[in-house]
Amino acid sequence: MTYVRPKFRHPELQKNKLGYTVDYYEGALSTLCAGCGHDSISAGIIQAAYEMNIEPHKLAKLSGIGCSSKTPAYFLSNSHGFNSVHGRMPSVATGANLANRDLTYFGVSGDGDTASIGMGQFVHVIRRSLNMTYIVMNNGCYGLTKGQDSATADQGSKNKGGNVNLFESIDLASLAIELGATFVAQSFSGDKAQLVPLIKAAMNHPGFAFINVISPCVTFNNNVGSTKSYDYVREHIGATATVDFVPEMQEISIEYGKGTHKNVTMHDGSVIQLHKLAEDWNPLDRQSAMNAVINAKAKNEILTGLLYVNPDAHDLHDIIKTSDRPLNTLTKEELCPGSEMLNEINADLR
Amino acid sequence: MAGKTDKINDFVVRFANVNGTGSASANFLFTKAIFRMGVPVTPKNIFPSNIQGLPTWYEVRVSEKGYLGRREGIDLLVSVNPQSMLNDIKSVRTGGYFLYDSSKKLHAEYIREDINYIGVPLMQMCNEAYTDARQRQLFKNIIYVGALATLLDIEFNVLEDLLSEQFKGKEKLIPANVKALKLGVDYIHANYKYPLEFRVERRDLLKDKIMIEGNSACGLGAVYAGATVAAWYPITPSTSVVEAFMDYSAEFRVDKITGKNNFAIVQAEDELSAIGMVIGASWNGARSFTATSGPGVSLMNEFLGLAYFAEIPTVLVDVQRTGPSTGMPTRTQQSDIMEAAYASHGDTKHVLLFPSTPKECFESMLDAFDLAEGLQTPVIVMTDLDLGMNDHVSPPLTFDDSREYKRGKVLDAAALEKIEKFGRYLDIDKDGITYRTLPGTHPSKGSFFTRGTSRDEYATYTEDSAAYQHNMDRLIRKWDTAKNMVPAPQVYQKKNESKNGILFFGTSQYAAEEAMDILKEEKIVVDAIRLKSFPFNKDVEYFINSHDTVFVIEQNRDAQMKSLLMIELGVDPKKLISVLNYDGMPITADNILNQVKVNLRSSSKSLMSKN
Repeated sequence: MTYVRPKFRHPELQKNKLGYTVDYYEGALSTLCAGCGHDSISAGIIQAAYEMNIEPHKLAKLSGIGCSSKTPAYFLSNSHGFNSVHGRMPSVATGANLANRDLTYFGVSGDGDTASIGMGQFVHVIRRSLNMTYIVMNNGCYGLTKGQDSATADQGSKNKGGNVNLFESIDLASLAIELGATFVAQSFSGDKAQLVPLIKAAMNHPGFAFINVISPCVTFNNNVGSTKSYDYVREHIGATATVDFVPEMQEISIEYGKGTHKNVTMHDGSVIQLHKLAEDWNPLDRQSAMNAVINAKAKNEILTGLLYVNPDAHDLHDIIKTSDRPLNTLTKEELCPGSEMLNEINADLR
Repeated sequence: MAGKTDKINDFVVRFANVNGTGSASANFLFTKAIFRMGVPVTPKNIFPSNIQGLPTWYEVRVSEKGYLGRREGIDLLVSVNPQSMLNDIKSVRTGGYFLYDSSKKLHAEYIREDINYIGVPLMQMCNEAYTDARQRQLFKNIIYVGALATLLDIEFNVLEDLLSEQFKGKEKLIPANVKALKLGVDYIHANYKYPLEFRVERRDLLKDKIMIEGNSACGLGAVYAGATVAAWYPITPSTSVVEAFMDYSAEFRVDKITGKNNFAIVQAEDELSAIGMVIGASWNGARSFTATSGPGVSLMNEFLGLAYFAEIPTVLVDVQRTGPSTGMPTRTQQSDIMEAAYASHGDTKHVLLFPSTPKECFESMLDAFDLAEGLQTPVIVMTDLDLGMNDHVSPPLTFDDSREYKRGKVLDAAALEKIEKFGRYLDIDKDGITYRTLPGTHPSKGSFFTRGTSRDEYATYTEDSAAYQHNMDRLIRKWDTAKNMVPAPQVYQKKNESKNGILFFGTSQYAAEEAMDILKEEKIVVDAIRLKSFPFNKDVEYFINSHDTVFVIEQNRDAQMKSLLMIELGVDPKKLISVLNYDGMPITADNILNQVKVNLRSSSKSLMSKN
């Protein structure tokens, strides 16, 4: 069921540049389990959209099937949403984006939806460099069917039923880097301070932006022995850098701890500010990013933060040279060659 | 030669070639020359699922009477493929001709006493005239066209004109081709009596008709219909639909100033993705389509169910081929009827269109987009390999410039302003068709959640039984509305003249009309109807109800259209007699006549024509 959220809010909630308070970005009341990591991610999305001054109706949110794919109902109720079929959100997002390049496309998927049934579409949407944000709410299990292991469950991880996963896990972040995604990040649903700037930077990225968010399943995969439980993730988390995203022309100052600073300036003038924690890691270098992920894994560490970004990203529209005007705004006069031309075509066919 | 009665413009020539040897353009030259002489002609490609090396045939029927269906009985076989020669010789009718490459002597087992042999030393002539290996192979084909021109009285200057058009911009190639034609002509002049007793005579029977493949007409139709997004996965025999869309878009849709495309074409990773993209684009307000064949439709089932239930316009071209499974991928059939009509799990039904000619392929695309957007549902254009991949003589394509794109019930910002509360699935007009909105329309009104799960009239998720059933019943109301929107069938008589009727659709039209003519000559009257769409409208119901027996002609084993008629109209099965063809070859008039006559004879006199 979807429940309507009560309307009452604190009267002095701050407004963003568009004059909207954060509640304008909320959705229906979540029906996920209490304590579900996914709800924290939804909250992060709401916060990011609010801070980015997104016009909700200029954003389309899309998902596949599963617990994670239900979440678009729980944020941005003023945006059009599309809960498609299992594992096929990328194709629907691709079509939608082709029809109207002016909107922001926000896709939500899960580990089953992406790493198993939807692996083909995930791989190919990256290959096509679709301009969208793609978040995987990754809990290593199938929640809606009561806790079976998913393809991202780590080998040796124990589930609630006590069964140990025998198979190698699929690492979505390194796969995305390998396939040429131009923005790849990893985060934890329990780390809102890191997650929100990553979502903001991803939404602003002019190509395919992927965030793999470890999001514990409180009901089926939060037990001792699971590598995707809250406790395990907190104990094993590492970060490439603290991260902040600064939209164009906006002055902000942030207190950094010790370490090196790196600013990645995007083409539109926005800046991703990184305070590097990882050694031998360059966010602009794919190989270095891959190494960082592999090295962390070898140390049983879950590396979070921005992993890789290419500020010179080109999206599908650039590649196939689509009109700057959204295709769904073109009129018959612009699209139809007309009867005179048809007569010429007929003449050529005689 | 044989002093029999001359047959003008009424014969079948079959070419036996090797795939990938350049025979296709030579064979088309032959067909087009007859077309240019104003004589009805219909070619069929009978090709393997292979790129190079296997036998391929090209069969050309010439018909003064304008019969454009296939006909059994080969009058002249042009053999350039030793691999299939033995069977090719067997396929010639008694008294027919076998033209072969006589560079090597024919083995005794290849000699039939009841047919005539015309030997032309193709290989030897090529080796003498050309030095380049590729030319030696290619010009063998042109030489036999020259030989045929003489044997069949095809005007030489027509062939020359066609060659000049074909090599426009590459004029250097013309003399070598003309030389090859003349080699063929001269050889027949020197060695055989000509013309044959069956031959071509110039007529003016084609008027303004054109020659085009159905797939090209579909692709062009999509351009005229304003499609901007095409997503596809290559599969025979549908590939050339999107290729045509690509070519015509490149010609007509590139912005002259910016050089950018007013279209987007994506080759998807599979058919699931292709239809997903179409649904995404259509949901977002672009006209979008995909083309596939039976195996692709199987894969698209889940998404078609979503488009039906979530009510998203979807246009799909199904160029049917011989199933089941991979079947015979390069042969024709009408065997996806049931699959397409009820694609996907749960209670679903889809609008189908059945074009018969390239002109109708073009128009079906115009109609498909209007219907898909008007009804907010999938529309499947059901063609087949015969129509899609063979050149057909067709009336010219027409487009009425005053025709507007009917975009259906879509609310814009101004309309939303006037509404208190938008309900995506509220049946305001009581026709089952509700109002939709596109993303990005209005800052605070009109957003909704599209889903394949059950929802109420405001698009909110619900598992309430009454709300679910209310929605399913509305979808049936929409289905009833569709009956009056889809193209009506073609009824061949103003009022019934017989108790017997024949019913057909798609490419069976050619053979069915020929069969009707022959029955008429034999004083057997039958009424006829050609279906153009599903759901069936009241004309279809009336036709069946007002006849005692209806012969349902279709090109599949399981009588799928008959089943559909029984299911949807509650027709008594005994009333419907199936006339089936499912060998992968286009149906012939003889085949129809045989099956119809057997049934007419076995049924009581009362079933016979009143006249």
